[in-house]
Amino acid sequence: MIAVETNRDHTPAGLPKCPTGIQGLDEVTGGGLPRGRPTLVCGGPGCGKTLLAVEFLVRGATRYDEPGVIMAFEETAAELAANVRSLGFDLDELVARKKLALDYVYVEKSEIDETGEYDLEGLFVRLGHAIDTLGAKRVVLDTLEVLFSGLENMAVLRAEMRRLFRWLKSKGVTVIITGERDGGTLTRHGLEEYVSDCVIVLDHRVDQQVSTRRMRVVKYRGSAHDTNEFPFLIHDTGLSVVPITSAGMDHPASTERVPTGVPALDGMLGGKGYMRGTSILISGTAGTGKTSLAGYFAAAAAARGERCLYFSFEEAEGQLVRNLRSIGLDLQHGIDAGLLRVHSTRPTRYGLEMHLATMHKLVSDFDPRVVVIDPISNFIATGTTSEAGAMLVRLVDFLKTRGVTSLFTNLMHSGSTVETDIGISSIIDTWLMLRDTESGGERGGVLSVLKSRGMAHSREVRPFRLTDHGVEMGGATTKGGGT
Amino acid sequence: MTESINNAPGAAAAGDGVWELRLYVAGHTARSVAALANLKKLCEEHLAGKYRIEVIDLLVNPQLAADDQIVAIPTLVRTLPEPLRKIIGDLSDTERVLVGLQLRPRTK
Repeated sequence: MIAVETNRDHTPAGLPKCPTGIQGLDEVTGGGLPRGRPTLVCGGPGCGKTLLAVEFLVRGATRYDEPGVIMAFEETAAELAANVRSLGFDLDELVARKKLALDYVYVEKSEIDETGEYDLEGLFVRLGHAIDTLGAKRVVLDTLEVLFSGLENMAVLRAEMRRLFRWLKSKGVTVIITGERDGGTLTRHGLEEYVSDCVIVLDHRVDQQVSTRRMRVVKYRGSAHDTNEFPFLIHDTGLSVVPITSAGMDHPASTERVPTGVPALDGMLGGKGYMRGTSILISGTAGTGKTSLAGYFAAAAAARGERCLYFSFEEAEGQLVRNLRSIGLDLQHGIDAGLLRVHSTRPTRYGLEMHLATMHKLVSDFDPRVVVIDPISNFIATGTTSEAGAMLVRLVDFLKTRGVTSLFTNLMHSGSTVETDIGISSIIDTWLMLRDTESGGERGGVLSVLKSRGMAHSREVRPFRLTDHGVEMGGATTKGGGT
Repeated sequence: MTESINNAPGAAAAGDGVWELRLYVAGHTARSVAALANLKKLCEEHLAGKYRIEVIDLLVNPQLAADDQIVAIPTLVRTLPEPLRKIIGDLSDTERVLVGLQLRPRTK
């Protein structure tokens, strides 16, 4: 991400960072957490703070050869190991290899009587012993605040917290402390008072039964950081933060052309097709052939040997392949060759941010040259129009930065204006319009190019028909009527 | 500072009404010395002839801190009679120690 690169440049050279290894998080923080210092990760119940902390340790142990210690105050070692197994983390194996130590600290007020002065040296000894035994470089305290409900003497606790963080710094370990968010304050017992270097807030919202996870770096002392909220996902291999900002206007501008898959359409676009790395929108009413044109483009990409990722939000993969086969288009070939990947989900299944996050991850993993999103109109169903528009701007920017040619279809309702429902025409480079016409008692379609930046394109309105052997396009028509 | 006090010479086996007490400390500090002195005095007054005290220094045996779930220092643990009881602090509040050891009823 360009915006993130800029942040990295602003980072003072003297501030060493500890890469978390969590996808996207290191980009957002310009390289990771402050090395040798504590970071507070807070949020409400179920926000993913424990998972983030555990992944920080797992990545440290497996990727950076930095053993870690987790002191768990809420879950036993067995519970913790079971909870993160779904993310593919095998804590027991790391413990066996001496890359990780798990210490469950049990403090139950009803079982303890306080009879005079004490300190928390026992905790220090446990932690110190674990750190020294493993040569640990990373430590997680999850959730330290449990001590506040287990012990009575607040004066002792506060003094010991201060001593603990000083001591951890002297140990040179990079620490994540998790905290439970409570109403207006970041943590229930004001842990942020002791952790002044870096604070990350996680948020889990459910809006209209759709869940969205977001992350924000609230504070990062001595380092420029992105203060935006970033969506993140918890999937089967851990967390991934989507480091997308809408500031990316720095995409490479290509003059290379990519065939549309329909020679007659190439003809309307200066004879060569779409511009590589640009965004294409195909609008039209129901049944006018939007998906077919998208399919031709996808199949053509695969035929050239380019990877293509097809997001299908209305049809399952099998259905899409079957329907396009009926017009003589073979997608299966590209799928079998591993060049074409179809990803089908219901748009209403997740919130917009989650869709964006999923797309981001899939695009990053598969690294396609062509991406099809069919259709984008359904996203309106999952958010307000302005949210959908903002998401698409971010998505288009992200794809352009990677030099991906993106094609979106948009279902228009008959009678609606030329303006798209989502109002994203400004971020679209090439805009095709498919329309139903009626003349002489017969329904037909017409195709026109509303705009195509950077090339001379046809102004004609051409008859457009889908047959069992493909697209048939007639010569320029002046009829175009019925609209 | 590791020390063992056996004040129950006749009672060899468990179940003879012997009190097994463990005092966890971390090094030889004023607070740990005070805790041990307070404990000895209290045992002599209330448990004469039937108690054993083992002092465990976590600086010598750090792994015991995790094994025995010790957080605060000093911590007094009554392993016998059951159930296990934990009392933290320098044991200067004699009344609370007695309550904690269940030698006095807990007043609401």
